[in-house]
Amino acid sequence: MEISDGTKTSQDAQVFLFVTCLADLLRPSVAFASLALLEWAGYRVTVPDRQTCCAQPAYNNGDYKGARRLAERVIAMLEPADYVVAPSGSCAGMIRHHYPRLVAGRWRDRAISLAGKTYELTAFLADVATLTDLPASSPTPRAVAYHDACAGLREMGVRQQPRKLLRELRQVEVREFEGADVCCGFGGTFCAKMPEISARMADAKLDAALATGASMITGGDLGCLFSLAGRASRRGDEIEIRHVAELLCGDLDSPAIGRPD
Amino acid sequence: MQPISHQFLDNAGVALRDDKAARQRDIMARRTPPLRAAAVEEFGEFDALREHVGKVRKHTLQHLDRYLEQYEREAVRNGCRVHFARDGGELNDLVLDICQQHGAHRVGKGKSMVTEETGLTEYLEAAGLRVTETDLGEYIIQQAGEKPSHIVRPAVHKTAAQIGELFQDKHPLGERDLTTPGAIVQEARQVLRQHFLEAEVGIIGANALVAENGYSMLVTNEGNGDLCANLPPVLIVCTTLDRVLPTASDAAAMLRLLVRSSTGQPQTCYTSFYSGPRRSDDLDGPIEAHVVLLDNGRCELLDSRYDSMLECIRCGACLNHCPVYQSVGGHAYGWVYQGPMGSVMTPLLTSLEEGSVLASACTACGRCAEVCPADIPIPDLLRDLRQDEAEAGLNLPRWRYGLRLHSWLAGNPTLYRLATSAASRAVAWLGRGRGRVRALPMARGWSAERDFPVPQGDTFMRQYRRKKR
Repeated sequence: MEISDGTKTSQDAQVFLFVTCLADLLRPSVAFASLALLEWAGYRVTVPDRQTCCAQPAYNNGDYKGARRLAERVIAMLEPADYVVAPSGSCAGMIRHHYPRLVAGRWRDRAISLAGKTYELTAFLADVATLTDLPASSPTPRAVAYHDACAGLREMGVRQQPRKLLRELRQVEVREFEGADVCCGFGGTFCAKMPEISARMADAKLDAALATGASMITGGDLGCLFSLAGRASRRGDEIEIRHVAELLCGDLDSPAIGRPD
Repeated sequence: MQPISHQFLDNAGVALRDDKAARQRDIMARRTPPLRAAAVEEFGEFDALREHVGKVRKHTLQHLDRYLEQYEREAVRNGCRVHFARDGGELNDLVLDICQQHGAHRVGKGKSMVTEETGLTEYLEAAGLRVTETDLGEYIIQQAGEKPSHIVRPAVHKTAAQIGELFQDKHPLGERDLTTPGAIVQEARQVLRQHFLEAEVGIIGANALVAENGYSMLVTNEGNGDLCANLPPVLIVCTTLDRVLPTASDAAAMLRLLVRSSTGQPQTCYTSFYSGPRRSDDLDGPIEAHVVLLDNGRCELLDSRYDSMLECIRCGACLNHCPVYQSVGGHAYGWVYQGPMGSVMTPLLTSLEEGSVLASACTACGRCAEVCPADIPIPDLLRDLRQDEAEAGLNLPRWRYGLRLHSWLAGNPTLYRLATSAASRAVAWLGRGRGRVRALPMARGWSAERDFPVPQGDTFMRQYRRKKR
């Protein structure tokens, strides 16, 4: 049903879920949780069948030609949507901020139009869907440290939204820590090109988060979370690391990232 | 200074293993960002001023020839001699020439990154002159035989205790207590006083050149620049031609951004405008004044996609906020400029071969661009440099081909599904029961410092497709 001013109710609005390659490959539970949250908020959700990657690896390594080809594919695939939502500030930031810079000619207008309707998951749930109740509340009380991923924070303005949603899970307490908004050292291929420096940055993040006494680190970007979990595992830290979508959805059945079954 | 930026990873490795220096870096990493944040907040109109100064600087750089001519005309009218140096060698020769014309043997020098860039001090020393750095930080590293680790705070890598020991060693002043910063500063004042009085030539830098009146502007917190400029009979201002601004009020506007971004002060202790040699009725000031304007590749940047880098005002905020700089310190960058701005400047001013590795010393976290008072999109410039690096074939082949393979697969969803599904399941099997693998083939860099958390099993896309059926 179209409302006369052209906006759609959430029941009619079509959300395309951009799964992100990391959730697709490494942690499908994040994609399932995102899907469930969007449906819970009342949206019709489509998962475009031919999606692969947003082109950041090529783009950030200076292969603009290769990245442009992929970006054009993604634009054509996602532009029929009313909203595009990704469980990652980094991939959403790529689409919103970097596609318009990357592509040229007639593609630029299409990129700008897509940029205007592309959201990071928690920002979409809090700002657009204005979600106030969640599918599940946390069964046991827990303290979590929230890691602000850089692209989400600085490109997509994600800061209060995940905290606001987490507050709705009455048993969860978010513990703030110094340096929550400083890079964790992942940086895409950076962590593999400069592993020692990257590990130093991850150590600073883990130390600060652990010092809060939180039993879990959560955040909105799997890249950061995998790299932190990998470092925590190497150091022998006993800390649960999960994507915020799993927490919001109440899906704590699957083992935390990098933890045994 | 001979760059060793191509060894960035080795330099960084050494820095990371120096625990004492790492603690010092951690202290600065925590201390400096809040100073800037408080100063910007208190000022209130920072973003509007940033936008205004940005427009002024873009305009000036677009009409650089006109403003340089105006500056030169006015400076000459004030009695200065203005010289242009195409590269570092020319600047060094010009300065040595002036010193030799006056039979000078003792030079007092203020802080100047431009002369670090040209290696002026070493050049003059090799010609038999005694050159004394008079900025406290520069003096400390000169005594230690080191290089600046920060464009604004050259000795930031040293602790007060290390500096106390250094002075005990270098100054033959007998038994004394140098355990407090106050005592260290007092001693430096005493020792440097003699050097100021003896200097026959003073060399200083400039934060801005004012076209409308031919003045050069310099900010310091120690006043050493004024002593270098006014006590010796000959003054030489060394700076680069992109420092020029149309009016004194433009320079003042830039100053408001510069100092807050740099140290978090509303103003430095000393802000000086130098017009030129003393006039007949002046009581003091130099008898002769020169200005040497260095290009060293900057004009070429005007017509490139890196032109915004010329708007850098050298405040050091990007260094203070960069988690990579905070992790490894300034010496790792291997040349004169460090941190994010250094990672852009070094490959552009030395060579891509020498400096392109620095373009990858960035996680694109965006903190530098967020605080940059000149609004320079540093992460974008670094990405552009990575493109130059790749096109020049300077990146590692395994990365080049790996990324090409990834892009090709990502453009073929059917193949991509098969490949990713096989890979996910294989790694999940490798780490079954443990949730992680210690080393993953094809991921040496990752495995060096991290375990690899295993995938949950098959890919989401395949699971979702099965469910939908």
